[in-house]
Amino acid sequence: MASSDVARMPEKAVRPLGLAGHVGFDSLPDQLVNKSICQGFCFNILCIGETGIGKSTLMDTLFNTNFENFESSHFEPQVKLRAQTYDLQESNVRLRLTVVNTVGFGDQMNKQESYQPVVDYIDKQFESYLQEELKIKRSLHNYHDSRVHACLYFISPSGHSLKSLDLVTMKKLDSKVNIIPVIAKADTISKSELHKFKIKIMSELVSNGVQIYQFPLDDETVAKVNTTMNGLLPFAVVGSTEEVSVGNKMVKARQYPWGVVQVENESHCDFVKLREMLICVNMEDLREQTHTRHYELYRRCKLEEMGFQDTNPECKPVSLQQTYEAKRQEFLVELQKREDEMRQMFVQRVKEKESELKDAERELQSRFEQLKRLHADEKATLEDKRRNLDDDLSSFGKRRAAAQLLQAQSLTANGKKDKDRKNSGFM
Amino acid sequence: MSESAKPHHPSPQGKGEKTHASDFSYVGIDAILEQMRRKAMKQGFELNIMVVGQSGLGKSTLMNTLFKSKVSRKSVQPNPEERIPKTIEIKSISHDIEEKGVRMKLTVIDTPGFGDHINNENCWQPIMKFINDQYETYLQEEININRKKRIPDSRVHCCIYFIPPTGHCLRPLDVEFMRRLSKVVNIVPVIAKADTLTLEERDFFKQTIREELRANGIDVYPQKEFDEDADDRMINDKIREMIPFAVVGSDQEYQVNGKRILGRKTKWGTIEVENIGHCEFAYLRDLLIRTHMQNIKDITGSIHYETYRVRRLNESNAHFKSQPSDQPAVQPKANGQPEVKPSAPQANGVAAKHEVMSHEM
Repeated sequence: MASSDVARMPEKAVRPLGLAGHVGFDSLPDQLVNKSICQGFCFNILCIGETGIGKSTLMDTLFNTNFENFESSHFEPQVKLRAQTYDLQESNVRLRLTVVNTVGFGDQMNKQESYQPVVDYIDKQFESYLQEELKIKRSLHNYHDSRVHACLYFISPSGHSLKSLDLVTMKKLDSKVNIIPVIAKADTISKSELHKFKIKIMSELVSNGVQIYQFPLDDETVAKVNTTMNGLLPFAVVGSTEEVSVGNKMVKARQYPWGVVQVENESHCDFVKLREMLICVNMEDLREQTHTRHYELYRRCKLEEMGFQDTNPECKPVSLQQTYEAKRQEFLVELQKREDEMRQMFVQRVKEKESELKDAERELQSRFEQLKRLHADEKATLEDKRRNLDDDLSSFGKRRAAAQLLQAQSLTANGKKDKDRKNSGFM
Repeated sequence: MSESAKPHHPSPQGKGEKTHASDFSYVGIDAILEQMRRKAMKQGFELNIMVVGQSGLGKSTLMNTLFKSKVSRKSVQPNPEERIPKTIEIKSISHDIEEKGVRMKLTVIDTPGFGDHINNENCWQPIMKFINDQYETYLQEEININRKKRIPDSRVHCCIYFIPPTGHCLRPLDVEFMRRLSKVVNIVPVIAKADTLTLEERDFFKQTIREELRANGIDVYPQKEFDEDADDRMINDKIREMIPFAVVGSDQEYQVNGKRILGRKTKWGTIEVENIGHCEFAYLRDLLIRTHMQNIKDITGSIHYETYRVRRLNESNAHFKSQPSDQPAVQPKANGQPEVKPSAPQANGVAAKHEVMSHEM
């Protein structure tokens, strides 16, 4: 590096400065908003509640569309989640909405593991975002964010208290997602019961340490309305997509013989409050909380679990990459070692086998030798016998010849020539 | 488990901003724009501008004129020394400015000594190194386990390069610098002290510069390849026809036609800074601040930074692969200081040298 060093002046503390005229960067928020409009928004809602409690209807009512859901059976063996994505548009804002419903929640006989599929789903979304973030070539701004931003927990309108399933599930979820409890089918509870029910629910949540989502109070424009709403949690909602004529207007309502429950009437139910809080006022905050609190927590736990750390024992910052590489080296060394071991073992076995085979060969060879010897012995014995036999034969022949000669001599000596001729003819 | 998206449009009737809408077709999704705006106002913005050019070209004055306040280093230092430093220094000054409720942390990064020496070889290196260091800091914070909620953004968003008004063509120094830096940062070239050129000279000069930039393959902001759609391209083409902007800076006000305006008063007339007929300062200001600021930051964040990140992560991979037995502990930097972290590439100019070194090791 040639002539230059980098000298840095100690950075002065940031000082406020007044402007002498109109510069124009007050258009920055507009520029930001315009960019977001071009990109579109993403919002994911998870609805947890028992079958038939009105989750799909509420979603339909909330977003004013028909999400084409079908009723699920009550006989699901396990809790499942069903996610559906929709593209909505209102004026110039495009929203990609994903609604995740639980199927079969609360229907099983044994509900101990009911919360697990939900937790797994949420973790899976965090995981895929983390994977995308850790990639080398990544495209975060194009990435379809599927992390759950809000979780609507539907409480049965029993009027007494929360069920233990509710408590257990909410406790497991409160550090992973923003929980907004709602009382479903609120038209079955009277006003006074509702008030007591709400207080009971909130006190149970507090005493069990369940942290539900609190509407943020730091921005003064919305702090006041958020504080009021925080006090009205959980919202008692009624959902309906059917329209009934009331007065001279058509409103969304449920018609009973004894009256009409209007969904958007604030004295009938809290639906409007829910819509306002969930969508109109705090949607961005829900997304931000999911990203900065829940996702960061997940990320931290996951990375620590994988063995990374921010500082090594000498208190020097260790980069993720470094730790990953160190681990990778470890793994490669381990792999190499295992490979060597296996190779050794293989060589060993080959040697053993070889020696075995050699032994067998030697044995075979010795047997062969032995047999050969045996065979030679036998042959020798037989030869001997044959020789003996030959000898016997020849000696016998000799003796016979000698005997014949003797006999011939004795006959000729006796002078009986006829007997001789007879004898010679007989022989 | 998810099904494909089905387009369903709620009748987009709702125009009333606040809710409690009695028209039941209004959902309120577009209220998210307001929420975003509120969040942005609360968080504030950050902008880091670097000014590069020989001394005496009016960099500090231009910064002061752009932001209508004394943001430059010279104005901040109590006794500005007018010496040329022996080595290129990088000095950054930060200010908090606010306009109509929008707060911004503006950092002006000055590079005194650039192009002022007799031998200017490799004078871009400290600047490249600085820019890459900012990317490195951001990357380190991003891959931390316990990381801050909002990672402080010190990455250089925009580099304004001052071309001296010779009227002929670009000098080799200019070409070299812009060629190397246009790959890592958004460069906005401007013709400094444009009041020394007549309008014809100015047009000729601009045309020559544009041709030279094209001939050398230098992509200055707004880069052609990052145009998003047809509208964008149209707007940016108009801008590309006009760069480099011929600017005049001034932080003194004079009375012209009964109004007080910023300008330079000479014996033969007063040059009005914000008069489009006199100089193109207003275009520069509009480009940088009023219309394209967010876009500049986006390109820095999503393209330049990502390129750096990819290169850096791949490089550490390669580095570790070539040294299987070494602990990734000590690796001498190009200037000889051992460092615990694997060192960032020094500059594009010495990236090759760095790799050669690592192989030799």
